[in-house]
Amino acid sequence: MNAPFFKFGLFGDNVSLIVAVFIGIGFGFFLERAGLGSARKLTAQFYLTDFAVFKVMFTAIITAMIGLFYLGWMGILDLSLVYLTPTFMLPQVVGGLLLGVGFVVGGYCPGTACVGLATGKIDALVNLLGIFAGILFFGEIFPLISDFYTATPMGQVTLPQIMNIPYGVVVFAAILMAVGGFAGATWVEKMMAKRKEVQAS
Amino acid sequence: MSADTTTMTAGAAGGGSRTTPARPAQPYWNPYVAGFGLGLVLLASFVIMGRGLGASGAFSSVVAAGVGAVAPEHARANPFYAEYLGDGSQNPLMDWLVFEVIGVLIGGFISGTLAGRTRRGIDRGPAVSNRIRLVYAFAGGGIMGIGAKLARGCTSGQAMTGGALLNTGSWAFMMCVFAGAYAMAYFVRRQWL
Repeated sequence: MNAPFFKFGLFGDNVSLIVAVFIGIGFGFFLERAGLGSARKLTAQFYLTDFAVFKVMFTAIITAMIGLFYLGWMGILDLSLVYLTPTFMLPQVVGGLLLGVGFVVGGYCPGTACVGLATGKIDALVNLLGIFAGILFFGEIFPLISDFYTATPMGQVTLPQIMNIPYGVVVFAAILMAVGGFAGATWVEKMMAKRKEVQAS
Repeated sequence: MSADTTTMTAGAAGGGSRTTPARPAQPYWNPYVAGFGLGLVLLASFVIMGRGLGASGAFSSVVAAGVGAVAPEHARANPFYAEYLGDGSQNPLMDWLVFEVIGVLIGGFISGTLAGRTRRGIDRGPAVSNRIRLVYAFAGGGIMGIGAKLARGCTSGQAMTGGALLNTGSWAFMMCVFAGAYAMAYFVRRQWL
C-alpha cells in the first residue's frame, strides 16, 4: 500500500474535493461533539475553568502524530510526500500572538467559528465576518508588509531535524508532555471548581 | 469534568441563549474521546491526501475570489490575492480547503442537531450585552484574520496539522497562541465570566 493515496495518483482533483467534504464533516462533527462550537466553552480555557481546548487539541495531535510515526516506520506512508508548511519564525510568532488575542476577544478560532455558525450562533457568524475583514485588510496591506511576511525563513523543518534528535525520541517526549499537561489541566480544573464552590457558599 | 455538562445550561441561564430549548441539550463528549476521533480524521487526511486540515486558507480563497471579481486588475497586481487566484484557468473556489470547510459546516450541524444543541443564540457571559458581545466577536475575528495570515495558518492548519507533523514553526505558533490568549484574557473577562 502506498500512501498518501492522492500523491500516488489513486484519484484525481475532482475526487479530492469530495474527499475534502467528507474529511471536513468528520472534523466539524468531532469539534462540535467536544463542545468547541461554543465560545464560552472555548474561552473557559483561558480562565482555567475548563481545559477542553487543550485536551481535545493535544489528544488529536498526539493521535495523528503517533499514527504518522508508525505508518512511516512501517513504510506504508511516505512522510516526505506529506506537505509541511515552511517555517518563517518571526511572522509566525507575531501571527500566533495576534491569533491568541483575537481568539479570547472574539470567542472562536476560524475552524470553531464555522462549527458555531453551523449550530446557530450569531456571534460565530459575526466573528467569521470579522475574519473575512481581517484577511481583506491583510491582503490590502500585503505589498507593504511582504518583507516582514518572509522574514526569518527556516525552510521546511521539523523539530527532530532542527534539534538533531531522533524522530521517535521527539514523539515520545511530546506524548510525555501531553500526558503531564492533561494531569496538570485536570488538577487546575478541580481546584477552580472547588474555589467556585467556596465562593458560592 | 462537571464544566463539560454545565456550559450550555449556564449560557441559557445567564441569558446567553435567546430561545428556550425545545429539549435538553445532551452533554458534550469526553474531551479525550472527541480528541481521539479528531486525531483519526487528521491522520486520515494525511494518509489519503498527503495534507492536513485547515480553515483560514478557505476564507482567504473566498476573499481573493471576491476581490478578483470586484477589481480583477487590483487583485492580479497583489501577490497575496494572485497566489489564491492562480493563472485564472480555474475558479479559486474549486479549492480543497473551501470544500473541507463546507464539510465542517455540515459535520458541525449534524453533530449539534443530533445532540439537541443547534439553536439560534448568542454565546456570552451574563455580564455583557448582546451588542457588545457582537462588537467583540467582529473585532476578535479581524485580529485573528490578520494573525492567521501572518502565521500562514490558524489553529487547524498550523497548530493541529503542524503539531502532529512536529513542524518547527507550528509549535512556535501554537505556544504563541496560548501566550497571546492568556495575556489578553484578563482584559476581556467581563465578556465571559
